[in-house]
Amino acid sequence: MAYKSDKIKKGNMVPFPSRSLVPERDLDKEPVLECRRLGIQFGGLKAVDDFNLIIGKTEIAGLIGPNGAGKTTVFNLLTKVYQPTEGTIMLNGMDTGGKTTAQINQMGIARTFQNIRLFDRLTVEENVKIGLQNQMKYTTAEGILRLPRYWKNEKKMHERALELLSIFGMENQAEWKAGSLPYGAQRRLEIIRALATNPSLLLLDEPAAGMNPNETMELMETIARIRDEFQIAILLIEHDMNLVMGICEGICVLNFGKVIAKGTAEEIQNNPAVIEAYLGKNREV
Amino acid sequence: MEFLSYLISGLSLGSVYALIALGYTMVYGIAKMLNFAHGDVIMIGGYVSFIVMNSLHLPSWLAVILAIIVCTVLGVVIEGLAYKPLREATSLAVLITAIGVSYFLQNSAQLIWGANPVSYTPVISGTLTFAGGALKVSVSSIVTVLVCVAIMIALQTFVNKSKMGKAMRACSEDKGAAQLMGINVNQTISVTFAIGSALAAVAGVLLCSAYPTLMPTTGSMPGIKAFTAAVFGGIGSIPGAFIGGLLLGIIESMAKAYISTQLANSIVFAVLIIVLLVRPVGIMGKKISEKV
Repeated sequence: MAYKSDKIKKGNMVPFPSRSLVPERDLDKEPVLECRRLGIQFGGLKAVDDFNLIIGKTEIAGLIGPNGAGKTTVFNLLTKVYQPTEGTIMLNGMDTGGKTTAQINQMGIARTFQNIRLFDRLTVEENVKIGLQNQMKYTTAEGILRLPRYWKNEKKMHERALELLSIFGMENQAEWKAGSLPYGAQRRLEIIRALATNPSLLLLDEPAAGMNPNETMELMETIARIRDEFQIAILLIEHDMNLVMGICEGICVLNFGKVIAKGTAEEIQNNPAVIEAYLGKNREV
Repeated sequence: MEFLSYLISGLSLGSVYALIALGYTMVYGIAKMLNFAHGDVIMIGGYVSFIVMNSLHLPSWLAVILAIIVCTVLGVVIEGLAYKPLREATSLAVLITAIGVSYFLQNSAQLIWGANPVSYTPVISGTLTFAGGALKVSVSSIVTVLVCVAIMIALQTFVNKSKMGKAMRACSEDKGAAQLMGINVNQTISVTFAIGSALAAVAGVLLCSAYPTLMPTTGSMPGIKAFTAAVFGGIGSIPGAFIGGLLLGIIESMAKAYISTQLANSIVFAVLIIVLLVRPVGIMGKKISEKV
């Protein structure tokens, strides 16, 4: 069964001047992300090798591949959890070489995790506020002394946090401890927390894991809505092919740390290398 | 009346333990390490205030402030030089380094100030008499308890309400995720050490005012007892350190008064063992349930 929704608008993919595709609407804009010959080696194993990727300013892109293909490693390279041993990552035209994870976040990449990593003992609202931290404009002294600027900022942060929570209709759970939320809500909160850091590129690591088809459908529409409202690019790792094919404009297929195919959903579905390496011979259509 | 006076001296001693325990517990909560050099920072705080008052003849409030400044800087420097390079190392390596730093501080103090005890001039003196002379309470005990309560309230507010406090709580739960949210983890850890060491300086001045003998090993025993208090209350928990410290002080004072002065320390540690057998996470500690 393929998911169909008229709320999701896909753009035509056109060649970007260097062998890659971006949505037509992003053609005259600087790509949000450009990886050139990115690679990392753990001992003798090349976990990711010669990884090239361009993501348009408002593109929803997919990163797929069998288990152990190196998808999460790519996310860890992009966020500098691992330092790449080869290649460069350009974010909004700026080289990210030598930046720390925290700096990468401030430069515009936010992510969620395959295994949820919320701050369980903090409330839902506090989790979102952690994401908003770097947009807060008061010093620690002002915070302790409760100067007017603190209250003004706190009020603004509170409103902003609730506004973000309303994307998933979670504003009524703001006071809950994050650890006590049901599984699906925790996944949604992770996306909100990442969005709170005001990213230009949002990385989602298996956002639909453990969701039923209805929830997945809803999630897809929300992802598209986030892109439309925030005008950001989204790169997602996902095993649910219906989600990937239904929402991603550009798709990149990894296998054994190497890119084996890139293109639109149609191109990927008909690519013999992908069918063999990833979908298997008895695939369901 | 006798009981009340032991209770007050226990509370005062417990307040000092609580202040020291806060340093242990905050550092453990955020950096997940036991800073065994913490007790020796207290001793340095004591010596700095001693020098300022007795050699430089400056007023005692200035001595307290200078002790706080020196200890804060010392704490940040220790963290930066000794612990930061070991951020990715095993916890055992960090633990042994901490013990090394502890001996380094003790021996440096011995080199600078000599091994002989010096007699500390209490920062606060005087005695209040209640109930027609039946109950005598030193002003320093009252001030110690009040200072401890005030610091505790300020710290709770800081951790729960301020931006840095939220960053600390995020780091204590998941450093990796916090980093990916744009939080500078190294800076957060430095601030934690700075706060812990500033509290140690205050504790040093209060401790030496209550027990006016100062020598290079002055910090070790209170340090170990405060660590016990932190574990007793639930290590990583700020209210736990507070309650653990106070309880430990009261138990010690009562044991000294009613059982035996010599056995007081043994009783304190026996209570710790019993509490940990019954409740391994400590009084305020949170049970961590493993998610699969």
